[in-house]
Amino acid sequence: MPAITVRVNGLEVSKEVDARTLLSTFIREELQLTGTHVGCDTSQCGACVVTMNGKTVKSCATFAWEADGADIGTIEGLAEGDDLHPMQAAFREHHGLQCGFCTPGMVMTAVQMVKDNPNIDEEGIKAGLEGNICRCTGYQNIIEAVKTGAKAMRG
Amino acid sequence: MYDFQVKTPASVDDVKAAVDDAEDGQFLAGGQTLIPVLKQRLAMPSDLISLGRVEDLSGIQAAGDNIAIKAMTRHADVAANGDIKSAIPALAKLAGGIGDPHVRNRGTIGGSVANNDPAADYPAAVLGLGATVVTTEREIDADNFFTGMFETSLKEGELITEIRFPIPEVAGYIKFPNPATRYALVGVMVAKTGNTVRVAVTGAGSSVFRVAEMEQALTGNFSPDSIKDGLVPADDLNNDIHASREYRAHLIGVLARRAVAEASS
Repeated sequence: MPAITVRVNGLEVSKEVDARTLLSTFIREELQLTGTHVGCDTSQCGACVVTMNGKTVKSCATFAWEADGADIGTIEGLAEGDDLHPMQAAFREHHGLQCGFCTPGMVMTAVQMVKDNPNIDEEGIKAGLEGNICRCTGYQNIIEAVKTGAKAMRG
Repeated sequence: MYDFQVKTPASVDDVKAAVDDAEDGQFLAGGQTLIPVLKQRLAMPSDLISLGRVEDLSGIQAAGDNIAIKAMTRHADVAANGDIKSAIPALAKLAGGIGDPHVRNRGTIGGSVANNDPAADYPAAVLGLGATVVTTEREIDADNFFTGMFETSLKEGELITEIRFPIPEVAGYIKFPNPATRYALVGVMVAKTGNTVRVAVTGAGSSVFRVAEMEQALTGNFSPDSIKDGLVPADDLNNDIHASREYRAHLIGVLARRAVAEASS
């Protein structure tokens, strides 16, 4: 079994994993970080998006051992105690969710796209969310939330 | 998925050794096709030979009239590369339209080209731009590389190391994406260099193909008006729930005209 060491939300963990263990399974079942959701499990919906070395990836389409040595970010790493990350606060303010299942992937994607491009416009936001599917909201409130979150992140 | 052994070679030589050691080895590049395939138990390799840690297999080099893209270069890096954006903007645009942002952060040019999905974008770039596929054993012209649906002239254990694109005078790529998958329902790459025009179509047939009639018409006059409807017969085109073969045949003409217009702009 491959032995891996990853840094997840700033904390280093070393474990042995089965060759077939997906990064999403590793995060949810080995690390018990169940904020990362598995929606379609066919790499289409984006609910499982996490960051790997500062890039968004679908954790259900990545093996855990491929992340050996990597820096992983999950939704649990965003808030500071009881203080939500500005992007999370913006999703709450704008009601950018209904059932909430896609939200972890949406928020992780939104935070990274704003980090990469702080002045991102509406077209950029729409293009950036192409890999994240929401079946409840119709996306309008999500886009509003990302705009507000981006503004707050710019400070 | 079925169980397999993991190999993580650090050099191309180690890759060759891993291939020789494996009973039925399979290369893993970005995994954006292969991992879903494994999950569905549509493949049962004895070993996954991961290319993610092989040194010197990633990067983009502009040299003279060529741009060489190493096999493990991610789509997002091709889309964002300054040399490609200025020399072959159609190629940067094509890479930036594959799948979605997360797929583009993992998927690689070598993986896409080796897989030769009939609806993938990169085969249209490789064939349309007349690229050379460089492997661990030889150099293969694009015209001799794609041999059929998910089939290429790669031999067992032969690894793509880079794709070398000649810089065209002008080129354009337009695709009609499947709204769910972003794969090309039809995609057309048009490239002009001197008196040579190449037109490559993906998504419409069992594998990417060139359209000689359009190339001849465009060689005479590189203008959207040169492309008449009906140059590609519908008979052998893909016919599925997403589009009929007649619709795809029509799209080829429409998108080819738009690709020429984009190349000329």
